[in-house]
Amino acid sequence: MPNKNEARYNYILNLADNTLVLGQRLSGWCGVGPFLEEDLALTNTALDIIGQAQMLLNLAIEIKGEGTVDDLAFLRDQHQFKNVLLVEQPNGDYAQTMFRQYMIDSYHVHLYRALVDSSEKQLAAIAEKSLKEVNYHKERSELWIKRMALGTSEGLERLQKAANNLWHYQHELFENSEELDKLVKQGIAADPNQLQQNWLNDVSKLLAKTPIKTPQSGWRATGGRLGHHSEYLGKMLCEMQFLQRAYPNCEW
Amino acid sequence: MKCSFYSGLIQIVSGDIDHIGEVLSKVTDPEIPVLSLQDLGVIRNIEITTTKIIVTITPTYTGCPAMEVMEQDIKQVLGDEFNKSIEIKTQLSPAWTTDWITAKGKKALFEYGIMPPSKSGKIVCPQCQSMQVELISQFGSTACKALYRCTDCLEPFDYFKCH
Repeated sequence: MPNKNEARYNYILNLADNTLVLGQRLSGWCGVGPFLEEDLALTNTALDIIGQAQMLLNLAIEIKGEGTVDDLAFLRDQHQFKNVLLVEQPNGDYAQTMFRQYMIDSYHVHLYRALVDSSEKQLAAIAEKSLKEVNYHKERSELWIKRMALGTSEGLERLQKAANNLWHYQHELFENSEELDKLVKQGIAADPNQLQQNWLNDVSKLLAKTPIKTPQSGWRATGGRLGHHSEYLGKMLCEMQFLQRAYPNCEW
Repeated sequence: MKCSFYSGLIQIVSGDIDHIGEVLSKVTDPEIPVLSLQDLGVIRNIEITTTKIIVTITPTYTGCPAMEVMEQDIKQVLGDEFNKSIEIKTQLSPAWTTDWITAKGKKALFEYGIMPPSKSGKIVCPQCQSMQVELISQFGSTACKALYRCTDCLEPFDYFKCH
């Protein structure tokens, strides 16, 4: 693959893997949601996100010029996944799931808003399509955070714990690199600095409406884009890829 | 040649579009059998060549499993009727919106018991026409719907969200 294509491929694969891994994670709530309506709602969110993953993976293989979406989803090993560590973190309780969801929803809204103008035409079309969906997801996760934070003391306590756990994973969403910087200058990728500013504005506005304290910065998660993952991804892939690994090319 | 029921969105190369339209009107949303794909607004373009019919569709929601069934159904009905190969193209932009659901489609939804998308935000119970309704969940049985309850007749119902 020529260098020029490799940078585009890596960029799109990162976006695709973020959605694929998050979609699979959220699907873990299927059948065990806190109540039936919420079980359906969150798995419908997961479905939207898996749909986005499918479109992004399709674009990735178009750029690469070989392989299939299923190869990328089911036959890559952990170190070949480029997602940020935030999306592979365990679901935990509903506070942890919803806080992670809000972090990602807000990121997706600003990301897709920026990519609507991408010079990569198919990426712009995917962004236009997905933006409508993630706007709705964000409304939902925002409502849940308010409901839990302003409801009982237990809800607030659990949310604060989730915020403390997840806060330092944000930096990876906005990591820059020489390769990414070039894509931003070419009008293909969204500017990570701009994204981070918009994201921080959103999150601080929401947290200001609740008693949740913004966690102090200390450490920064990093490594996902290079394929260095936490212990949780491998276990998730074992389940997600089992069928294609055990019965190659199985269809139903 | 332009065909009016596609609101001018169709570019016709040549051929018997009315016949194709008639055949396609038999294909309905697999989750909502009263709504044809034309009324749902997912058929964006039809091209006819000497050997093929190319139908361009746009997805409603990106992950909606009904899209795959719709593609198969289009291939099936057109393949049965015309001696041509059937090709389905997917177009993402401009993104599908519930504004493309036709008036006929909205009426069919309401009669079927699903409140159609309402831009004014007025949501009416399709069972008893009461406006005393409350939201139960932002997602209903599928990604395109939300779940409501009528506080007059107490029946739950689906609302097809504005998108």
